[in-house]
Amino acid sequence: MTHSDRGAGRPLSPHLQIYKPTLTMMMSMAHRLTGLALYCGTLLLAWWLLALAGGAESFAAAQAFFSGFFGRLILFGYTWALIHHMLGGLRHLVWDTGHGFGPAQIEWAARATLAGSVVLTLVVWVLGFSLL
Amino acid sequence: MSLRTPLGAVRGHGSANSGTGHFWRQRLSAIANVPLTLGLVWLVLANLGGDYESVRASLSSPLAVIVLAAFIVSAVYHMRLGLQVVIEDYVHGEALKFACLIANTLFSAILALTCLYAILKLGI
Repeated sequence: MTHSDRGAGRPLSPHLQIYKPTLTMMMSMAHRLTGLALYCGTLLLAWWLLALAGGAESFAAAQAFFSGFFGRLILFGYTWALIHHMLGGLRHLVWDTGHGFGPAQIEWAARATLAGSVVLTLVVWVLGFSLL
Repeated sequence: MSLRTPLGAVRGHGSANSGTGHFWRQRLSAIANVPLTLGLVWLVLANLGGDYESVRASLSSPLAVIVLAAFIVSAVYHMRLGLQVVIEDYVHGEALKFACLIANTLFSAILALTCLYAILKLGI
């Protein structure tokens, strides 16, 4: 049934390129993409923990990377992905209860997630620089 | 009239043969991830700019070790479930799909064990 030759020549159901992009569609993709980014980002956490457990020398090497421009850029992206994915996940948990599916509510939640992720990321980094 | 057998209906596993287990575990780990992620951010912020001795001392406290270990278990479990869905969505060949699913599980297990080794080493 799923062999591709059986579907040859048949009309396809509408896919991504058919629909006009909407904010909620972008947020759905962003949720998945931030999830993938966090999957890879966990390797950085593993490296940092191993470096700390390994001793002063390996820890200094890891710290040198994370305090450099490139390292901070990655960490900034990781912070945003973490917070965006968390807020998006909270939105999903609300949907799981059967609430929040009205057109206006969905649009509001998408905007709140996006704005909240940017604001909270900046709050964490301002807090970080003030503690540095 | 349902064509499902009574036993199948009772098991409630549906066509994917795994029921709602995946959905439920992803939600459970998501809920656990919220406070644990906040704990991780707090631990990182509290140790910014610290030298080796002070960071090591800070992360060897029982609370830090438990928060870090719980975060790793919950987050790695959650990310394994998440990537499993992505693989099932986009990898269509059966052989490649199963290879990816197995690689995902093994990678997650090794990553979690590596992190837990480092965390426990800090705590002991």
